[in-house]
Amino acid sequence: MSEGSSDDTGSHDTWVPFKDRPEWKDVKPIPQDDGPDPVVQIAYTDQFREVYDYFRAVVAADEKSERALSLTKEAAELNPANYSVWNYRRNILQDLNKDLSNELKYISQVIEDNPKNYQVWHHRRVIVEWLEDAKDELLFTEKILQDDAKNYHAWQHRQWCIQQFSLWAKELDYVDKLLKEDVRNNSAWNQRHFVIKNTTGYTDDVVVKELKYAQDFIRKAPNNESAWNYMKGVLLDRKLFDNPSVLEFCHDLYSKQIRSPFLIACMIESYEEMLEFGKPKKEETLQKALQLCNELAEEHDTLRKEYWQYMGRSIASKYGTDVSGDS
Amino acid sequence: MADPSRFRCLSPSFDCRRFNDEGVPTQTSVEQKQVEESVIKCYNHFKTSLDVFPDVPFLERETHEQFLIKGLHGLSSSYECLDSSRPWLCYWILHSLELLEVPITEERALQIAKFLGKCQDPEGGFGGGPMQFPHLAPTYAAVNALCILANITEKAFDVLDREKLYKFLMRMKTSEGAFKMHQDGEVDIRGVYCALSVARLTNIMTKELTLNTAEFITRCQTYEGGFAGYPGLEAHGGYTFCGIAALVLLGHTERCDLRSLLRWTANRQTQLEGGFQGRTNKLVDGCYSFWQGATFPIIHMIMCTDDDDQSLSAERWMFNQEALQEYILICCQHVHGGLIDKPGKARDHYHTCYCLSGLSVAQHFVGGSLSNDIILGNPQNNLRPVQPVYNISLDSVMMAQKHFGSMKLPCENESLTS
Repeated sequence: MSEGSSDDTGSHDTWVPFKDRPEWKDVKPIPQDDGPDPVVQIAYTDQFREVYDYFRAVVAADEKSERALSLTKEAAELNPANYSVWNYRRNILQDLNKDLSNELKYISQVIEDNPKNYQVWHHRRVIVEWLEDAKDELLFTEKILQDDAKNYHAWQHRQWCIQQFSLWAKELDYVDKLLKEDVRNNSAWNQRHFVIKNTTGYTDDVVVKELKYAQDFIRKAPNNESAWNYMKGVLLDRKLFDNPSVLEFCHDLYSKQIRSPFLIACMIESYEEMLEFGKPKKEETLQKALQLCNELAEEHDTLRKEYWQYMGRSIASKYGTDVSGDS
Repeated sequence: MADPSRFRCLSPSFDCRRFNDEGVPTQTSVEQKQVEESVIKCYNHFKTSLDVFPDVPFLERETHEQFLIKGLHGLSSSYECLDSSRPWLCYWILHSLELLEVPITEERALQIAKFLGKCQDPEGGFGGGPMQFPHLAPTYAAVNALCILANITEKAFDVLDREKLYKFLMRMKTSEGAFKMHQDGEVDIRGVYCALSVARLTNIMTKELTLNTAEFITRCQTYEGGFAGYPGLEAHGGYTFCGIAALVLLGHTERCDLRSLLRWTANRQTQLEGGFQGRTNKLVDGCYSFWQGATFPIIHMIMCTDDDDQSLSAERWMFNQEALQEYILICCQHVHGGLIDKPGKARDHYHTCYCLSGLSVAQHFVGGSLSNDIILGNPQNNLRPVQPVYNISLDSVMMAQKHFGSMKLPCENESLTS
């Protein structure tokens, strides 16, 4: 991108003050107006102050030029969270009809240096939107997720690209790879739900397949909440008891002396739904649910005692015969 | 000497709370174990201090106050990265001081209000600093800060242009019922919460401002039970707070699956540390003491008033209030003042604000006419209670209601054409 000397002036060691830059001679910088009694005042470096004094002058004059574009780069480097700078930079890019593929390369570098910043990811999204081309986006987000597999911004950008440009084809393979690397990567489980919900949907066949997928992972690590949450998510629009395999699966683990709080919680939920939908053996189901709430409160999940005691009281009052007076 | 059995972190079974990787070590479990080691170190150190100081843990009010007051005056150049968050800095500091009940002079209060006025855009809304474009997040911070200042002097509200604020909010509204953070900016559930919070406080909540907004929020609740920043994304503590608080502000709490929200939020309290994580299988962070912690009073309030749920406790929130206080007081206080994410992290005003806010939620159960204080450690650790939906004190909310409550709603049609 032809941005003059910005690549040199932007870095700290070779920074040239604006008074020594002939191309800026005609501009009168505008100092920040904090008022007579400033608070939370930041002791800016000379460089920061000067760059932003010139940025304000450029905005005030509504100048859209090569030098203004290069100035936004300097300003963004000093504070990548300054959304006004990014916003103004986009205005210039449009006005000058700049080559957007170069901008994409530039923002890639900025994101790699600031992967947890709202503004830089939003800038990338707008550029991709303008380009109407997301061919680099899956690879780019994978690169970011390689360093931090749960980076929320990266997942958000990836989901947007997938949805906007219909890039669903290989996403489940990618999710699968991530889950094999780290079965506790909850972002990957969430992505699995996102993909299936928006492609095949959770049809009867898919439900069977996905239950098995989750259960295989649960067997390997029954204390992994992510897999449990996903398994219940598969049945979100159904009932847990509609699929007898879920309760059988739970009973099997329980009989093997596994006491993961997530296992017991799943059993309680199944029982609760059976009560809600008037399944037979009501009293027996109720007693099982209450006993499990008690087990969690007193033994397996004592941190959440208040919660499990509430759940027990709540289930008892809704479905208990002693409260309602009849069955 | 204080009785060690009072503390969860010193109980004999505490070691059993370590993360069990079940023979399947992954990056998640490795990082979790590292954090647990650093937290255990803090708790062990605390155990030795028990012999010397009977009333520990102790909230170091003075050093926190010094850190906050110093920031109010001025900040070093390392804060340049927060140059677009200056109303936030005001709010984080003022709210922390409000919780600690540190008085502020009327003169100082007016100075801060005037500075916030400098951040206000001529066309409405507040920017991250003087002459920056208006943005919903600093707008939320500025309005909250002004409500706190109005407790000291109601003149603080004079800087606020309420009519133009409404026009700004309307300009940010999207067709799907959400809000852009700024002109040409990103859309997520933060925008919804920020917009509705300031609209309620300043009494400019109109039907057209909230059209389709409940639908958008509902779409953000995930299969896990918490809320995501945008439909499809992962449930997350900050966004979950925004989602449920926004539904309360809208009066549409029936749109939320409360039971799954409660289950997800209850599961975010971490077994060993006692603090909250932001997402499933992520690390504890002091700031979620508020984002997750405050969701409990909100859920309690909804279940009590909307559902008249008789099974609710009249004494406690549905999380372990003592465990959270132990984590904040023992693991999150920086030795030079200010509070932190987790042991070893740097202090900042954001974490100071949200650790203290979470501590306050953990100390005070308030349900209608009922109240129950659970103050861990020194009785002077007692903080002022917060209003969990806005995260300012009850008095600050009442000041706003008193000041703006009788003002006329903006004219809807007129603002549509503006």
